[in-house]
Amino acid sequence: MNALLPDIATILPTLLGGLQISLTLTFFSLLFGLPFGMLFSFGVTADNKIFRYISVFFVEVGRGAPALVLLQLMYYGLPNVQITLTSLVSACLALVWTTAAYTAELIRGGIQSVPHGEIEGSDALGMSVRDRLRFIVIPQGMRIALPSLMGFAVLLFQATSLAYTVAVPELMSQAYSTGSSTFKYLPAFIAAGLLYAAISIPATWLSVLTEKRLSRHL
Amino acid sequence: MQMLQAIAVGLPLTILVTILALAIGTVLAIPLVAGLRSGNRLVWLLTRGTIDLLRGIPPVVWLFILYYGVSIGALRMSALQAAVIGLGLVAAAYLAEIFRGAIGSVHQGQWEASSALGFRTGTAWGRVIGPQAWRTAIPAYTTYGIGLLKDSSIASTIGVAEIVFMSNQYARQSGEGILVFFIAAGIYILLSMPLGMLSRHLDTKMRKAVAR
Repeated sequence: MNALLPDIATILPTLLGGLQISLTLTFFSLLFGLPFGMLFSFGVTADNKIFRYISVFFVEVGRGAPALVLLQLMYYGLPNVQITLTSLVSACLALVWTTAAYTAELIRGGIQSVPHGEIEGSDALGMSVRDRLRFIVIPQGMRIALPSLMGFAVLLFQATSLAYTVAVPELMSQAYSTGSSTFKYLPAFIAAGLLYAAISIPATWLSVLTEKRLSRHL
Repeated sequence: MQMLQAIAVGLPLTILVTILALAIGTVLAIPLVAGLRSGNRLVWLLTRGTIDLLRGIPPVVWLFILYYGVSIGALRMSALQAAVIGLGLVAAAYLAEIFRGAIGSVHQGQWEASSALGFRTGTAWGRVIGPQAWRTAIPAYTTYGIGLLKDSSIASTIGVAEIVFMSNQYARQSGEGILVFFIAAGIYILLSMPLGMLSRHLDTKMRKAVAR
């Protein structure tokens, strides 16, 4: 037990490279996932049937299926249809899907809570639909959705730990290989856990703080 | 058909892991809520720290710590034990937050009325505050339960033979990955749909009972 702390201290720095990959994976999933989330948030209520069905499919499967299943689907499944991707790209695709599906609902919630008077106001001013979305509805809706989107980003960062199952050399897989080569499983996983916590706990505080700041005038 | 059978073999363990983890989480959430409501600053800080740590570390890390790291003498946990305890601990932290919010939403006047009627603390909790808080908590509680059903798939990483584990095995031997995992996804969606409907039904029923 008393050998645990020095072990953790020696393993911790060797895992930083893995943490970097985890963070990169989170960043790209958000970068590509959020625009799709926005698109689907309009898609699920769109008049165009094809657009609506496609959006509902991606949102329902993305939210209904575990991220782990999507990861394996992309990694083991896509080669069936003659698409072979590197593990990092396929993990990214799966997490983009998850991100788009969850954020679609969060963004839709934000946009629906924009007061109706705002829309009537922009109508009265003779704004086109595009201008109304761009200047009135989306900025206010995103502001309302921001804290929950930040909360989701933390969960997404944690979900990148599942990418180790498809051989992405991120934090969890680095900890596992350290553990299996030295048989120091416990310190390796505790070190990984501490690194995850060091990012996600302050990030959670930040999202709570943002929520408080944004609801100050309410 | 053969594929569906191969995957469905994992169904009982998926349900077992979900139910046991939810049960452990619900029971352990109660002392955590008590800690969060405690007037003692030190107790509050310790509880807050525990909850933040449980939620700040991904479930898969907890499962690995318990499965590979913890040994009592020569005894190691089985994969199922590690999965249920690990997911249960994480669930306790999330459920504690849900319960805390629900208890906080019960109007202060209900406490005052209970003490005015001379109820003991136990009676006030059991008869007045508890039932009202539970009503508020139900939608969030079932939502978390559905989330836990999906999180139970993480148990496959340490070798619990649930749906994802069986799908993985079948995908490897048959080479039909895309179909296998779509079916697995479909099973999770089918499982969570009745839970979602139950949650909405309970919610509207409870709302009717409260709204007068």
